[in-house]
Amino acid sequence: MLKRPTYIVVSLVVLLTLIVLNLPSHTKGRLKLGIGSLFLPLLGLAGSSQHFTGAMVDRVAPPRGELLRQNEAMSREIQGLRFEKLEASALSRENARLRQLLGWQAQQPRKHKLASVVLRDPSNWWRSIQIDLGSRDGIGANQAVVSPEGALVGRTSFVGLTRSQVVLLGDPNCHVAALVENESRDNGVIGASGPMDSGFVELGYLSRNADLKPGQLVKTSGLGGIFPKDILIGQIVDTQPIEYGFGTVARVKLAVNLDALEEVWVVEGQ
Amino acid sequence: MNWLNTILLFGAAFLAVFWEAAFSGLRRVLGAQIDFLPALMVYAGLCAGLPTIALLAAWGGLCLDSLSANPLGISIVPLFLAGLAVYSSRELLLRDQPFAQVVLGLAASAGVSLLTLLLLLTTGHTPLLGWGTLWQLAVTSAGGALVTPACFILFDWLHQSLNHRRAAETSFRADREIRRGRG
Repeated sequence: MLKRPTYIVVSLVVLLTLIVLNLPSHTKGRLKLGIGSLFLPLLGLAGSSQHFTGAMVDRVAPPRGELLRQNEAMSREIQGLRFEKLEASALSRENARLRQLLGWQAQQPRKHKLASVVLRDPSNWWRSIQIDLGSRDGIGANQAVVSPEGALVGRTSFVGLTRSQVVLLGDPNCHVAALVENESRDNGVIGASGPMDSGFVELGYLSRNADLKPGQLVKTSGLGGIFPKDILIGQIVDTQPIEYGFGTVARVKLAVNLDALEEVWVVEGQ
Repeated sequence: MNWLNTILLFGAAFLAVFWEAAFSGLRRVLGAQIDFLPALMVYAGLCAGLPTIALLAAWGGLCLDSLSANPLGISIVPLFLAGLAVYSSRELLLRDQPFAQVVLGLAASAGVSLLTLLLLLTTGHTPLLGWGTLWQLAVTSAGGALVTPACFILFDWLHQSLNHRRAAETSFRADREIRRGRG
């Protein structure tokens, strides 16, 4: 049988939990970021330990000959990229001129901000990360986040002064309007995935006549206003009919490895 | 338990949450992150008073939820209940037996995970669920079972290192002193 002090302590804990759970969402968000900011000194420590590990790895770096070969390959790649950049800028100028002739509104180029991934969600129920950019750096809630290769990663949710939380693709709170690059341009919504399949997501809300084949690319459709159009999400792996054949759901292999993210780009100006 | 041990316990909870968020090597290998907080609650349940258990649950839960997409405060009650369950039957538990520590860690880790999941579903949230959740629960429970004895070893070592050692009892007794000489 529990004693009277035990009942008092139990009541206090339950009361505290109820109070915290029922706080207004903005107060809860601020409290969350406030408590989370206590970890900021440790983030520096984690960063320096990573640098230390990097330095240790550098000590056992490949031999000089290998480095020279890599250097040469990179130089060739840079030359190729320079040439492509020249071509792209020429195409961009041509595009702007044609838009002007047709009277179309010019597209604003998207701005990106590079952020480092500092923490991951410690619990197994969600798929989110924390990045080292916040409102001080011009980041707001619901901005698209892409990988260094340009594939979609997720969107920002809570934004603090110096860091932000990003909900990743496959999290139950991250839904993305997507379209399949096929002739019928089928539209669907990327939803949650299983707890163990971080490399796959489900593309739902597809029509039963959707012409889907494995290997077709899936990109953002731009609907919904959060994610800009034409950001690569992944490619179709397989499909299956649902709801007695009235709909179709497709499994999509993500173009980005969400477990190995170290840097991400936050897309601005949407 | 003195104030130094309580501070150490709180510091350990803080570092444990940070480790879980910053290092995801185990998550990549096993598919689930191990939670150290239930193991700390078992230690606190066996060695600390009820106010310390409540404060540790609140502190650990808030730290965990602040770095997670969990609703803030959802982890407090499961952690506290794990500590309370151990505390209320600690006279019957063999605190120093590693097997007992393993079993308690296993039960606490599984219980905390299931209670958190239950609370999330009850409060209208939709966490990641599927057949893989069973594997994640197994990994979390097994991890908690292994971490709990390590927790006891660590805190016992810290206790010995940072506290004054108890003075060894001498065999001297004043009533058995043999007085020599004439005085």
